[in-house]
Amino acid sequence: MTTDAGTAVRDGGRTRPTGWTAALPLLVFVALAFGIPVVALLFGAFTVRDPATKVSAFTTANMTESLRGNYLATLLGSVKLSAVVAVLGAVLGTFLAQAVVTSRFRALRESVLTASGVLANFGGVPLAFVWVGTLGNSGVITNVFGLGDAGWSLYNFWGLALVYMYFSVPLMVLVVVPALDGLKPQWREAAGNSGATAWQYWRHVGIPVLVPSLLGGVVLLFGGAFAAYATAKAMVGSTVPLVTLQIADALTGDVLIGHENIALALSLDMIVVAGLVMAVYLPLQKRSSRWLR
Amino acid sequence: MAAVTPILDTPPAVSHDRPRRPRVWRGVVLGVAALYFLVPLGASLWFAVYNEQRGFSLDVFWKIFTAEGFGKSVLLSLALAATTIAVVLALTLPAMLAVRLGAPRLRPVLEVICTLPLVVPPITFVTGIGTVLRWGPDYLAATPFWATLIAIQNETFPVVLVLAYVVLALPFVHRSLDAGLRAIDVGTLVEAARNLGASWPHVMFRVIIPNLRSAIASASFLTLALVLGEYTIAALLGYGTFPVWILTVSGSDGQLSVAVSILSLLLIWLLLLTLSSGGSKRRSSS
Repeated sequence: MTTDAGTAVRDGGRTRPTGWTAALPLLVFVALAFGIPVVALLFGAFTVRDPATKVSAFTTANMTESLRGNYLATLLGSVKLSAVVAVLGAVLGTFLAQAVVTSRFRALRESVLTASGVLANFGGVPLAFVWVGTLGNSGVITNVFGLGDAGWSLYNFWGLALVYMYFSVPLMVLVVVPALDGLKPQWREAAGNSGATAWQYWRHVGIPVLVPSLLGGVVLLFGGAFAAYATAKAMVGSTVPLVTLQIADALTGDVLIGHENIALALSLDMIVVAGLVMAVYLPLQKRSSRWLR
Repeated sequence: MAAVTPILDTPPAVSHDRPRRPRVWRGVVLGVAALYFLVPLGASLWFAVYNEQRGFSLDVFWKIFTAEGFGKSVLLSLALAATTIAVVLALTLPAMLAVRLGAPRLRPVLEVICTLPLVVPPITFVTGIGTVLRWGPDYLAATPFWATLIAIQNETFPVVLVLAYVVLALPFVHRSLDAGLRAIDVGTLVEAARNLGASWPHVMFRVIIPNLRSAIASASFLTLALVLGEYTIAALLGYGTFPVWILTVSGSDGQLSVAVSILSLLLIWLLLLTLSSGGSKRRSSS
């Protein structure tokens, strides 16, 4: 890659037209389409407009408000749901991936990976309705097993977690399969020959090598569940406290006078959480490539 | 290797004994996974075609196509997707080539720009967009800026959605094109073409794009899938795209919404399968 650049620079006179001017449209576009809304969001999160005088004033009131009471509960609800989905999804996804990786059937491996690629992208409204048709109040499985009388409901925290796993587990499989492939059989043989049990092999070799990928996967799953809105909206409405649902409600109007910018403050809270999560993920992604060549 | 081979005489006894236990747990894991992932598909399909009052009937799939607003919302989503793909490729491809050919120092900048949309969840992005759209009437009513704000919110073709979708698609497009560019020696290709007297548009359309065909196809498919499935931004800005229509129609007919969901899953499934088979074809030919 550096050699590409090298030749181009040496050849300066002719390749100059590509210079960085060709990147200009993209930079301008991102500055306008992404930069302006984000700046507006930041600005709005820290201002309050007096409804009478229509004058805006800088304040941290929105931010404080967004971290209190009901608003805080929705933020914590989202963090809790995402954490549960991320940890469970990572564990189950790793087991599934290991089962596929150690299988002798190539076709199984190929089909599971392809299906994972599709299901990891399957979210939003359709996902919610597929589950409503299955385990909802009049869903097929609910009726067949009479789960309704047994007190089953899909429209709560655990129901949502169950549904979110449908795209989280496949995503984890995609993340962790390359790492599991990177565990060389020789390491296992060497451990076995030195008298290590299967557990000792995993405890001292397998898991330490996998840790960066596993944590990276957890973080990715967390981010996916944290940002999800459409599935929750289509499935539970507002019965489960989630920050995305709260922001949408606040945007569509039912907030107290003087609290118009609360949605923006909540959004900023979300960006901070998501940013922290990414700050964990990116270095991990770099580290995980160390052993897995 | 040489050190390992001689010892291989003894391990078979161990490894012969070992796989039996893993095979049991492997079977359990795969079985549970198959249940978890396949049952909802089968059950929801059954939900769509069977009804206690009317029994088994495929009418619901016919009803989709005749339902109020179906055609309009699908056409809107497809038009948005096509425009988004054209815009995102026209913006990213030159920028990524520039980074490789003449401005290597821009590479980290481009990477950060193309990762940022992942950090900002769509719902927060749309709150920002909503705020900007509300600015107009307040401060700038008499300026061309306001006219622009109104124009991009046109009901029949909301450009504002294209702007948002291009931003959302950036990470995926960047990743696909990056993989494609990695596989070819852009510097040499461009240099050769230029030395032979090709003009820049010629280089672009006759040299670079044909070599990146599968990377461009995968970027386009991912963007298409993204736009066809995107609900949050369209719903909160109040536009009737396909996913928004699905949720609207679910209010009146549960069976219909499940049927549409299955169809849209099949559609995305087909798209991504085409994509992955296209990708593997390239890998094996190169």
